[in-house]
Amino acid sequence: MALLKMKFTQQRRVRLAQGLWLLSWMAVLCGSFVFSLGVYLKIELLRRAEVMENTEIHVVPNILMLVGLASIGTNWMAGRVCQDSLDPSRFPRWKVFLLGWYAVAALICCLLVAVVVLSYALQGRLEESLKVGLRNGIRFYKDTDVPGRCFQKETIDRLQMEFRCCGNTNFRDWFEVQWVSNRYLDYTSKDIKDRIRSNIDGRYLLDGVPFSCCNPASPRPCLQYHLTDNNAHYNYEFQNEELNLYNRGCREALIDYYMGLMNSTGPGVLSVILIQMSVLLSLRYLQTSVEGATTQEQPEGDSEGFLLEKGVKETLEEAKVKILLLLKFGQVDPSAADGSPDAEKAPPSSS
Amino acid sequence: MPFLPVKFDLQKRVKLAQGLWILYWLSVAAGALLLGLGVFFKVELRKRSELMDQSESHLLPNLLILAGLLACALNAFGGKVCHDSLDPLKYSKWKPGLRRFLLLCCAFNALLLLLALLCFLLQFAVYLTLSRGLKNSIRFYKDTDTPGRCFMKRTLDLTQIEFRCCGNVNFRDWFEVQWISNRYLDMSDGQVKDRVLSNVDGKFLMDSVPFSCCNPGSPRPCIQHHLTNNSAHYDYDHRVEELNIWTRGCREALFSYFSGLMTGVGVLVAATVLLQCADMAGLKYLSTALETMSDPENPECESEGWLLEKSVKETLVETLAKIKTLGKSNHVQEGDQEGQA
Repeated sequence: MALLKMKFTQQRRVRLAQGLWLLSWMAVLCGSFVFSLGVYLKIELLRRAEVMENTEIHVVPNILMLVGLASIGTNWMAGRVCQDSLDPSRFPRWKVFLLGWYAVAALICCLLVAVVVLSYALQGRLEESLKVGLRNGIRFYKDTDVPGRCFQKETIDRLQMEFRCCGNTNFRDWFEVQWVSNRYLDYTSKDIKDRIRSNIDGRYLLDGVPFSCCNPASPRPCLQYHLTDNNAHYNYEFQNEELNLYNRGCREALIDYYMGLMNSTGPGVLSVILIQMSVLLSLRYLQTSVEGATTQEQPEGDSEGFLLEKGVKETLEEAKVKILLLLKFGQVDPSAADGSPDAEKAPPSSS
Repeated sequence: MPFLPVKFDLQKRVKLAQGLWILYWLSVAAGALLLGLGVFFKVELRKRSELMDQSESHLLPNLLILAGLLACALNAFGGKVCHDSLDPLKYSKWKPGLRRFLLLCCAFNALLLLLALLCFLLQFAVYLTLSRGLKNSIRFYKDTDTPGRCFMKRTLDLTQIEFRCCGNVNFRDWFEVQWISNRYLDMSDGQVKDRVLSNVDGKFLMDSVPFSCCNPGSPRPCIQHHLTNNSAHYDYDHRVEELNIWTRGCREALFSYFSGLMTGVGVLVAATVLLQCADMAGLKYLSTALETMSDPENPECESEGWLLEKSVKETLVETLAKIKTLGKSNHVQEGDQEGQA
């Protein structure tokens, strides 16, 4: 009892082949779309690699790129198979590859589903990675004379200006680190000496933020220093001031950005999955109907196309039997070797 | 004696028609590109119009959009004519209008040349507009409570950040205006009163710049205030300091951006003119080749194509004579009327 049998006239077979040819070229375009999506995502992640501690999130664009390339290859092959399908002399040479092709196409669909799932599942890991990366970035902000860290200041400044954010969780993160290098501190000044002595680690901490935290939309020229001191500035109340600096933390800003990127690609990836599935099913129908037509006396006549020759259960059992046979083939020889020495030993003991 | 004659057989005519069809569609793409660039330029001007006193001239982008649309239409029509040219039935539809079409293309080419010239000449106007507009922007920076100017601060800050520039000519322009609003100045403070009284206009002037002038590439946290006072900051010499704030003026930065854009557009327009000339020449050859077929019923016959029926001199003389007769016919009519009266 074949699964989802359909009757195919010659006309229908020709139509199916033409339609599938177009569909497979559309699927090639979709594959290149997925590939370019992966490349774009990877470039965006690499651009901010300095504030990320690990690269676990890179698995999403890597899979997208791999799947894109594989999809281009398999769908191009599907197009070639279509072209040859209505020519009985050229079609048989593709028969060998078709089982493998179905496996690869199914794998592509599974990987695409996995990508969508991963992009949600890895959000927590991305957040952790950004937390540590930004914390280090803020700590090393002042080290513009240390090789390997000298561009940290510029990176963090540009990041804060571009993403309109300040600090890791919020602007108070800047109060907890010394972000002014010792090279620019006048140690003879009493004010500075007091500040350094006021904490255990001997760091110069202040309630100020770098200029890149300033919000251009504020009606007032930016207040960077003495932020918690209402008396330091005229007509200033620290608790009510909202527009002076960016309120959002850079971790939140970056997560929103990357999640937005990955979510917006979600529908595109899902439609690629649909197209790939339809190519797979159509090719199976084309293969079975063309094979059915060639085995008949009248190649131009009607034939039947189906998805599976027998039902789902029977096909699975057959596949299980085949696999066990392959496994047993490895086991049969040792047991035959045991059997013959035992048979030789047994008769002498009995007599 | 025709100008630049070429002999055509059927093969050559077909090849010419096909090549010309591709060339026409390339010209349509060029026209679409012109249209896109015109729209982009218009949007960019709108974005920066606040910095140019809203008095910038939109002549160039409007002309570009018009030229792009015309180019697309004319070249699509030309492509259609090429497509139909090898079918005598379809071609006879277009044949009568071809002369007028070629004249129209000539006029359009002249317009495009004018446009290319404008692209280079209007850069001066943009420079002057920018200069004046930026001066006013810096003056109105503090007026965040005045309707119509409340976004000037944000626009100027974002522009200085984006274009990595400070002030009009350079950062000293900020020393000459009061860029802190009176709302945030404590007028009872002695220092503030001193500063305000120290100049004729009663403005609160300082040797400071807004935060958007800061250069993120500086190894040192940004020094915004007391820029000319070496003793106000540790280890600071304002004459040697280069990385602290942007040294370029926004006029120069914005002008180089717009002039780059306009020069690119000018080059593209010049290239489109060349493409259009090639199109016109090809169409002239094709139409004359189809007209001079010795045996219209036999498509395989040979024919001759040319650019001008007579040599360049004779054609010019004829054209001048035609124009004169057109003028004279008016005179003759007037003379007749006078005579009758």
